[in-house]
Amino acid sequence: MNPVKPLDLWMHIEADVLVIGAGGAGMYAAIEAARSGATVILADRSLIGRGGATVMAQMTVAVALGEQTEDHWENHLSDTLAAGRSLCDENLATILCEEGPARIREMDDWKVGWARENGHIKQAHAPGHDRPRCVYVDFLATGPAVSRTLRTQLHHFSAIRRIGDLMIVDIVVRDGQACGALALHVSSGEIVTLAAKSVVIATGGLTRLYRRNSASFNMSGDGYALALRAGAELIDMEFVQFFPIGHLAPRLVGMDPIMWDPFRYKLGGKLLNGQMQEFEETYAAQDARSDGAYVLTRDRATYAITKEVEAGRGSPAGGAYLSFMHIPPEEIRAAFGPVVDRLAENGIDLRHRPIEVAPIAHYHMGGVRVTPDFATNVPGLFACGEAVGGANGANRLSGNAITEALVFGARAGRSAAMHARDRTSQWSEDAAKPVRDLLAGAERREGPNLADAVARLQGVMADKVGAFRQAAPLQEALVEIDRMRLDLGEAPRAGCAPFDPELMDWLDLRNMLLVARSVTEAAISRTESRGAHQREDFPGMDEKWAVNQIVSLEGDRLALRQLAPGGGRRA
Amino acid sequence: MKASLVIQRGVAGAVPAIQTFVVEFEPGQSVLDGLRLVRRQDDPSLAFRYACINANACKECMMLIDGQIEYACKIKLKEGETRLAPLPKKALVRDLVTEIAPPEERLVRPAAKR
Ligand SMILES: Cc1cc2nc3c(=O)[nH]c(=O)nc-3n(C[C@H](O)[C@H](O)[C@H](O)COP(=O)(O)OP(=O)(O)OC[C@H]3O[C@@H](n4cnc5c(N)ncnc54)[C@H](O)[C@@H]3O)c2cc1C
Ligand code: FES
Repeated sequence: MNPVKPLDLWMHIEADVLVIGAGGAGMYAAIEAARSGATVILADRSLIGRGGATVMAQMTVAVALGEQTEDHWENHLSDTLAAGRSLCDENLATILCEEGPARIREMDDWKVGWARENGHIKQAHAPGHDRPRCVYVDFLATGPAVSRTLRTQLHHFSAIRRIGDLMIVDIVVRDGQACGALALHVSSGEIVTLAAKSVVIATGGLTRLYRRNSASFNMSGDGYALALRAGAELIDMEFVQFFPIGHLAPRLVGMDPIMWDPFRYKLGGKLLNGQMQEFEETYAAQDARSDGAYVLTRDRATYAITKEVEAGRGSPAGGAYLSFMHIPPEEIRAAFGPVVDRLAENGIDLRHRPIEVAPIAHYHMGGVRVTPDFATNVPGLFACGEAVGGANGANRLSGNAITEALVFGARAGRSAAMHARDRTSQWSEDAAKPVRDLLAGAERREGPNLADAVARLQGVMADKVGAFRQAAPLQEALVEIDRMRLDLGEAPRAGCAPFDPELMDWLDLRNMLLVARSVTEAAISRTESRGAHQREDFPGMDEKWAVNQIVSLEGDRLALRQLAPGGGRRA
Repeated sequence: MKASLVIQRGVAGAVPAIQTFVVEFEPGQSVLDGLRLVRRQDDPSLAFRYACINANACKECMMLIDGQIEYACKIKLKEGETRLAPLPKKALVRDLVTEIAPPEERLVRPAAKR
């Protein structure tokens, strides 16, 4: 075995505010912190503005602008709370809906290019909203436009230092207060320490934990693990949103895997099982909430597809067919526009062949528990964006996630800057030592292929902690997660630096296993079905479960407690 | 179907090595899919950059594919050989990874301090 060169401390950097993650939330946080007078480091493990969900989102952004039709943020709030099935933190949901218009208009001033019609911003009607409320950028360019616009704004602030290839490994906590972080600089393979008076977690979601997902490589739930290890609490970790008709086959690149939904809605695409039979009606009988345009609501569609596959009636790739073959070609062309050509590049011709779809992990409702100032219970530690839990309760309305990223990002940036004001750096080399030692202990050793271990964990989560859950498989998942944690070992495994993908896998698994455990334990504990958490052994909502579950790390085990939802006008 | 990925490997300043990996694939799968499979099945130390996998939005997976600058997630795997090399005009980091971030978003070694 070749000994590896120990990782060196390469550089120490200081700023008032450290923002971890440069998606929509992190970039907005950096801008607001700088506008509030703070110096900022904006760090991302990937490239700035490229690594997460924001740049990949192609659809819509929900906001009560009242441009298309009369609207008020309270209508948006009612819809958000209804989808959240009594679990929303009303303070956070209110902030999302009330401050959404200001952020969306600011993005408009910054020339994001919201689609317009007859001189006003166009708002589309998406499922779950009581009226047309969703803005977008044509054609399927919402996320890239949002990302590009915020990136451009970042350049106006000399107080913001942007650093890519910087993977935050742990937040450094001194005497119970966040004082910075320690990072692996991926492209040099060396250690960087970052001192900051306020630290903002803006690392996005966790859907990479699942086999079928819409995630990027960087969406392993790092922020949840960073928060837990720093002493912060998580909320609602059992609520992972599965999107029922995510793209499955044939292989399609260059399109958002959730793109089929509006087309299915508009054109009446048919769901067929592997025997080319429609099956929605079979499940529709049990469905009280059908909204007319769809035979089945999203949760029921996920259920129907899952059950058809289990019964051996899946499509070849293990999902269902979605067919537009009964639609006249002109209508397909009119509805899909230039998208037809992008599909053709992938060898897909909807006139002649159905595509295959399946439920995919798409968004995480749960996350870091915060106050309306986006502060965690650890002084100096803040969070925003998809990394935060609570605003969407047990289920999220479509379009709420980007609004949440922008609104919460701005708020968290401001709070972080205020916290940093008049404070001196509490940075301590001693407090950083344990994680420095952890990285310095990285060694090259034999062991199972870690890239394959990630795939195995994704399989365990999909099969046992997926959209439909039961006690026995959930318990089996815990056993597997624990076994994988033991296999991983305490010292990081290194390959060859710089840009060492094996070390990254090891660090990812360290986080993913902790986060997987928190999702699984919360799912075991919640013995009812609500929103995105569906227990086959406990069907239906149970009034006594109208509570949130809070997860914290006590030593090396997770603690769970139940608490009535925060901020309620509700009793 | 089988694709042979003929990959240029190594770090800056060293003589590059050429290594070939064979992966099974289905029509439509991307070169990036193939590279990810190589890491799982053969050699987890293979380095390449990517983030979005499906969306072709992050633009991180650029490399030389059969001599052309392409996105590994957009180019489909084919039977027979596909040659992969790092971008020619960017500083090499390792294997297929180059420095592609705008210079002001990179950390650079403080000149005198070491
Ligand atoms: C394919 C897809 C389509 C979607 N479509 C829509 C839509 O149409 N409408 C809608 O409202 N929502 C949509 N969503 C959800 C929405 O895009 C996200 O919830 C939102 O963009 C999250 O923003 P964020 O800034 O919190 O996180 P992200 O944009 O995910 O950014 C997080 C950043 O943190 C970085 N990071 C992670 N860990 C670390 C670490 N340890 N160190 C340093 N950096 C780290 C990542 O590299 C990434 O750049 C979609 C999501 C996906 C995946
Ligand atoms: S992986 Fe994102 S563009 Fe290729």
